[in-house]
Amino acid sequence: MRALADLYVQQFKTTLASTLQYRASLVIWMIAHILEPLVYLIVWSTVSNTNGGSVGDITTRGFAAYYIVLMLVNHVTYTWIMFEYEYRVREGSLSFALLKPVHPIHSDIADNVSSKLITLPMMLAAAAGLALIFRPSASPALWSLAAAVPALVLAFLIRFLVEWTLAQSAFWTTRVSAINQTYFVPLLFLSGQIAPLSLFPVPIQVLASVLPFRWMIGFPVELLTGQLSPLQGLIGLAAQAAWLALSIVLVRIVWRAGVRIYSAVGA
Amino acid sequence: MTPPAIHIQDLCKTYSVSEREAGVLAALQSLIHRKRQEVPAVDGISFDLVPGEVVGFLGPNGAGKTTTLKMLSGLLHPTAGEVTVLGYVPWRRDRAFLRQITLVMGQRNQLVWDIPAIDSFELNRAIYRIPTLDYVQTLNELTELLDLGPLLRKPVRNLSLGERMKCEIAAALLHRPQVVFLDEPTIGLDVTMQRRIRAFIGEYNRRFGATVLLTSHYMADVEALCRRVVVIHHGRLLFDGELADLVQQFTAHKTIVVQLEDCRADLRSYGEVVSCSDGSFTLRVPKAETAQVTERLLADLPVIDLLVEDPPIEEVIDNVFSQGET
Repeated sequence: MRALADLYVQQFKTTLASTLQYRASLVIWMIAHILEPLVYLIVWSTVSNTNGGSVGDITTRGFAAYYIVLMLVNHVTYTWIMFEYEYRVREGSLSFALLKPVHPIHSDIADNVSSKLITLPMMLAAAAGLALIFRPSASPALWSLAAAVPALVLAFLIRFLVEWTLAQSAFWTTRVSAINQTYFVPLLFLSGQIAPLSLFPVPIQVLASVLPFRWMIGFPVELLTGQLSPLQGLIGLAAQAAWLALSIVLVRIVWRAGVRIYSAVGA
Repeated sequence: MTPPAIHIQDLCKTYSVSEREAGVLAALQSLIHRKRQEVPAVDGISFDLVPGEVVGFLGPNGAGKTTTLKMLSGLLHPTAGEVTVLGYVPWRRDRAFLRQITLVMGQRNQLVWDIPAIDSFELNRAIYRIPTLDYVQTLNELTELLDLGPLLRKPVRNLSLGERMKCEIAAALLHRPQVVFLDEPTIGLDVTMQRRIRAFIGEYNRRFGATVLLTSHYMADVEALCRRVVVIHHGRLLFDGELADLVQQFTAHKTIVVQLEDCRADLRSYGEVVSCSDGSFTLRVPKAETAQVTERLLADLPVIDLLVEDPPIEEVIDNVFSQGET
């Protein structure tokens, strides 16, 4: 465990040093992460205002709270591994990772977390700026805020493991971008990004709760904006735990099969 | 008897490669039915390395050298045959196994591009769980042997190819592996840097008793480091033995360099005249006739100087490969 902690610390230093080399790309990524929810926020605010100040049971300022929090949750949970893996397999840099006496997922998790630690303060500042402009309103209970902490950690882990598993498709195909697109569409709709899930018809809400997407983004946002009852919060955490267990199993199976393919066709 | 550090028995690796004719029609056909062809890259080779041995692994491009090294380091799963390294089956990639080996590929790099090499070294220290004292000691030794001092704190992307290679090699050896696989470690480097790396590999082997399997297209690397060479071609073993025996076995000729006053003499009756400049003739004569021709040259001509040589090792290897073709 101590050795693993040392690895995470070293990876943090490495990521910090590399990330700071490319300040411009860091800023561009962050702008993208601010712009996307901002567009949804503006659209829904406009719809809400023309609709007499609310859509469903969400007010204009409720939308502001939802999307500012979503911006932060999405930032905390997002990964870029699916874009990177194809390159790693094709260029053979994965070979070096396979020669190391540690599972490569650790470096990726550490790299992701480290990068977030660098960018999060700036995202929080952006969120504060947006809050001044859009004047959000939400009244989450204390239990709801407390429950959001494990929910956010679980959301990060589920999203990371699912996307890491999908990234493994690079072992089978060199056209990973097609798979990425197929994944991003349901993610956009069913995670609560394009609209809060409570605005969707009930069957879609059920579908979103069965699939992993809501548990990656929407659920922590709902907790942080105080949209859920204690029972719903508890059920949500249980669903997240179930998806975490399932994604760990999935990662193991797909990784093993992928490495078998890699070592059969030529690394 | 000590068990071998590396044991290979009837090792095979066959790749399944999809192929199609050129053109749109063939492209459409391949959508429905893909033709696959089995290409044997390594075809039943066997050899052992004892601990501490440095062996040159030779063969032309595509002979199966890299495939073999990848099977030995656990990156590739053999199609058939047996392979063990330090008693481990490599493709299982046991952590205890991975901690004792390294693979350096001259054409690929593992150092993080944007940061100084020393930061990548620290990362490797954590990955290999090297105790701090050992790490500092090994780093100091490697820094001294490879003259890394001024390089360690520069971003890797600002290093020259040779400087980067030295750092790559150091990064790969920080955990003091017992078995070292080197795939073209000197490729693209200038002569001075090649010599430097070569000397270092020899020193590493002596100091740590590591077993080294080395592929290189530069015969100077092999001559300087390896008493024993293993030659493969088209995935098959052509030769396994001492470098000197390889020369004996695969050369039918010797070279005689005779220094005369000038180039006017006609030496064709003594052997094949390869060249002459400033009175220095280079003759190629059948090995069995060397002594007799030398005697005749000395008796018949006003010889200033005479030298009998084996042909250059490059020529020998070329001979080996062309015999492998037939």
